[in-house]
Amino acid sequence: MRKLKGSVSAGSIFLFLMVAAYATLAMVAPQVVQEILTVFGGLVIRLAPILLVVFGIMFLSHLLLGQHSLVGLLDRGAGLGGWIFAVAGGILSSGPIYLWYPLLSDLKERGMSDRHIAAFLYNRAVKIPLMPMLIFYFGWSFTLVLSLYMVLLSVLNGLAVERLTKGATR
Amino acid sequence: MTSDALKEAFAHTLRSFRRALPILLGVLLLFSLVSVLIPSRLYHWIFTGNPFVDPLIGAVVGSLSGGNPVTSYVIGGELQTQGVSLLAITAFLSAWVTVGIIQLPAEALMLGRKFAVIRNLASFVSSLVLAVLTVWTLEWL
Repeated sequence: MRKLKGSVSAGSIFLFLMVAAYATLAMVAPQVVQEILTVFGGLVIRLAPILLVVFGIMFLSHLLLGQHSLVGLLDRGAGLGGWIFAVAGGILSSGPIYLWYPLLSDLKERGMSDRHIAAFLYNRAVKIPLMPMLIFYFGWSFTLVLSLYMVLLSVLNGLAVERLTKGATR
Repeated sequence: MTSDALKEAFAHTLRSFRRALPILLGVLLLFSLVSVLIPSRLYHWIFTGNPFVDPLIGAVVGSLSGGNPVTSYVIGGELQTQGVSLLAITAFLSAWVTVGIIQLPAEALMLGRKFAVIRNLASFVSSLVLAVLTVWTLEWL
């Protein structure tokens, strides 16, 4: 609960700092701010549907899995299934990484382990819809080798992150 | 499924989203600011041609950048035609998508500061390892 309150206020402070930065920049270079706000507007319009998808997934996870039933499915003790969820979820999730923070934060509160969150986030690097573009620039073999190593390293990365976070706690 | 369960699930989701919204808006504002203030042609100037230093530069620049991965592919493709090593480009492409300095405040607020810092550091190191493994494997094939 303390963490929750802290997050709310810290998030608001972060937003306030950004607005303050914009206001300061607007006094110096209003045309630049206008250009930035056009980019911002475009981003919001482009990302709104993805945000709705994230909202939908969160809603379904609350509805179908309940508040605490993820423990066991995605906690440290979860076996191959947990890794498959993390790897496949990371690969299949679309849009910017930060749009998935609310869902992951929610799942973390319900027992998802650091290793699986880290693996999920790492696998966001494997973009199936964008592969033709990667192949166009760097070729088939590069794309295949890079993607396979990314999946492999996501697991090692997840294990390392969990070990280091636990180590830092001690 | 009862309407109470639906209401409760909706309320939980809404609460999580309300908490995340200021952070998401802040990150979007930060991304817009960086994407306008830092032109993409900047990337061409910072590589040195040194095979040991360039991968590190690639990973640092990729970590500090962000946005759609397609942008990183385009920049990476252009860098390749300009003679930048594949090792540096692979580190750049990997760090672009796995490390996020711009969104670090949001990640720290939502997933924990310690987790966010350690994950980003581990991903930074991984991007260098990934680059070496990928290029070595391609040379071996």
